[in-house]
Parts: sequence; structure tokens; C-alpha cells
Amino acid sequence: MGQGHGHKLHFHGHSPVHRAAPHHKLLALLGFTLVVVATPKDWFAAYGLYLLLLAAVVVVSTVPPTYLLKRLVVEVPFVVFALLMPFIATGPRVEVLGVSLSEHGLLAGWALLAKGTLGVLASLTLAATTEPRDLLLGLERLRLPQQLVQIMGFMIRYVDVVGDEMRRMRIARESRGFTARNPKHWPVVARSAGALFIRSYERGERVHLAMVSRGYTGSLRQGSDR
Amino acid sequence: MHVPDGFLDVPTSVATGAVAVAGVGLALRGARRELDDRTAPMAGLVAAFVFATQMLNFPVGAGTSGHLLGGALAAVLVGPWTGVLCLSVVLLVQALLFADGGITALGTNITLMGIVGVGVGWLVFRLVQKLLPKRTSLVPVAAGVAALATVPVAALTFVLLFAFGGQAPVSLGAVLTAMLGWHVLIGVGEAVITGLVVSSVVAVRPDLVHGARPVLAARRLEVRTDTEVSA
Repeated sequence: MGQGHGHKLHFHGHSPVHRAAPHHKLLALLGFTLVVVATPKDWFAAYGLYLLLLAAVVVVSTVPPTYLLKRLVVEVPFVVFALLMPFIATGPRVEVLGVSLSEHGLLAGWALLAKGTLGVLASLTLAATTEPRDLLLGLERLRLPQQLVQIMGFMIRYVDVVGDEMRRMRIARESRGFTARNPKHWPVVARSAGALFIRSYERGERVHLAMVSRGYTGSLRQGSDR
Repeated sequence: MHVPDGFLDVPTSVATGAVAVAGVGLALRGARRELDDRTAPMAGLVAAFVFATQMLNFPVGAGTSGHLLGGALAAVLVGPWTGVLCLSVVLLVQALLFADGGITALGTNITLMGIVGVGVGWLVFRLVQKLLPKRTSLVPVAAGVAALATVPVAALTFVLLFAFGGQAPVSLGAVLTAMLGWHVLIGVGEAVITGLVVSSVVAVRPDLVHGARPVLAARRLEVRTDTEVSA
């Protein structure tokens, strides 16, 4: 831990987008997605415009587009739903290549796909250009309650530690010849999760004691001394 | 499983956002009672734990696997207020750092998985605990029943939101049947896993399980004299 390694989605860079104030970026993301979500389904040109705008930001950010596109997989389950839409929706039917589809469903499926994808791309751009520490600073400036910023800070700081602990437990299980294959093996995996909880909780207690011994009184100025 | 951008219309998203803000505000106050000045590090670590366990795969068979959602689990392990905070922070981090769940749908996701998930989990857990005899071995059972209830109730809440601000012309009946049918199945898995995880913690450190405290308090010290063992 320690020196400025970003999280998994972060793409190191020094572009104007990277350097922009985090609270401005957060507000821009929120504003952009709100506008996208509020746009009527059949304003096709508007969606093109949004995509161009987003593409311009990505170009300025110097994050390779393929880097972002690869990470679009988060939306896959949802894409399946959007693609099903023309088949399951109600309303007047229309024939496309000999298949009867719902008109409203086609439009709704398109809108879900367009809005969802634009939202994910915008979020990915923020994640790729903002370090977690800056994000916390941005949220703090946006008046997110101190407590919540602190909790989030601790979570971000320790998520890799806890994740690695879980990975080591898996390696330990596998090196003893155990791989979970069906629900009969759940008790073993669940015991690992239980152990992980105890370790996380106890780590939390140790962290708290270490903080108290260094003068922690319940509030801390995070990132303000950068 | 997260609701993405554009799934619900703006008024519904804003309304659930307000519910989420109010809920998290209450939880911040309540968590002070559960954890006092330990809130930040403890809730942070538990949030990291919830995030990590959501990546732990439980194989169902035929190459597929599921994972824990963790609402009821968090409620039973660390108490409802801290649980709401942990789940909410996990969702916030997933939306901002992992692009998982839309930013405009964050309020919806926090309402569904954080507030409804943890809240219903805790209420059902308490209710079942009242009905069952006070024994530590029954804490995991109550936790399992709570988990079984949370998933369909959260799904039902989603259908309700969908009825108000859904952006897809699908008949409500179809959405209800599909969501409920699917989520009852998921709920069964969630119940089994939650019960197993809670029972493994209760076996080692029952004092850490928030939901087991009333049971532990009611437990009397048993002194067994060694007359029959002494042989």
C-alpha cells in the first residue's frame, strides 16, 4: 500500500481531464447523465451529440478508447435485457426481417441501450481519470457528510488488503486440493467468508486503536494537506 | 444486478435519491450509537469486507455461480445502521470507481439494496429471533430466514418503482412474475450462504455478531461440577 497506485480502472495521465478539479468532474458526470436520462427516446440526433461530446472528452483525456471499451462489459447483463425488449414488450407489432417485434419495445430497447451505454462510458471516463484520493476530496467539497467520506476512505484504502486476504484463502484452499464445484461445497466457502469477516473486523479494531493512540478524536482532515 | 442509468425516469430517480439521502442520514446518526467513534474505521473495513465477499463465487453447478448480496448478512453481523452505511458506501464506490450501477440510479440502488435490503433483513431477523428460543445455534437460522425475505422484497420494491417510472413498455404482470420468480431463487441461495457465514462467525467469535448480543446477554454461566466426570 502507500504510494499513489490507482485503482483497477485508473489510467495514469496528466491531461486536462486528469487535472480538472474532482468536484467539477463529479458534477459534470451527474449533470451529463441526468440530461441523457431525461432526453426523450426518439431524439436520435441528441444521443449522437452526447456520444460526440463524450468522445471529445475521452480524446482530450488521452485514455485509449479501447481501454474504456473493454471495460464496457459491466453492462452485459443489462444489454441482454435491452435486446429482449422488442420481443417481450406490449403495443403494436412491426415486421423486421420476418420477425414480429413490438414498436414500443424497439424504441425502449434502443433508449435503454443508448442511455445505459452513455452512462457507463461517462462513469468509466471519470474512474479512469480520477484517483480515489481526489475523488474523496471532490465528494468532501460537494458537502458529502464527513463520516461518509471517512468510511469511504477507509474502504478504498483497505479494499485491496481485504481482497488479497480473500485471494490468499482461496489459494490456501486450492493448494490443499479443494475447488468448490457445487452447492455441497458452500459450507467451506462460507467459512472462508466468516473468517474474512472476523479478520476485517479485528483489523478495523486495530486500525481504530492505532488512530486513537495517534490522537484521533472522531474527525480527520482528509486530503486537505495535499 | 445494479440498476443502470436510464432504466427509471428522472422523477423516480430523484425521489429515490431523496429517500436514500434521508435513509443514509438516519443511519449516520444510528451508527454512532452502534459504534461511537469507531464508526469510520469499523464501517470502512466492514464495507471492504462486503465488497470482497460480493466477489466470492458460490458455484451453483453447470459452470454458473452466484454471489452474496450481503444486505441481511451486514445487518446481522454489524447491526442495521452500520449495515446501511456499509452497503451504501459499497454502492457509491461501485458507481464511481467501477462504473457498476448508474450515477443517476445511485439513489435507487441505495434505496433497494442498502435501505430495503438491510432494513427488511434486520426486521425479519428480529421477528424470527423473538419467535425462536434464545439459543446461539438459532442465530444463523434467523439470519437465513431474514436473507430469504430481503431479496424478493427488494425485487418487489423495484417492481413498484418500475410501475411509477419504468422506461420500458413491458406489462407489469410480466415484470412482477419474472422478477419475483427469479429473486425467490436467488433469495434461497442468499439464505443458505448467509446462514452458513453467520454460523461460522457465531462458532468462533459470537461476541462480534451484533444480532447475537441479546442471546449472549441472556446466556447464564453454567457451572458443571465434575462428579460424574471424575472417574
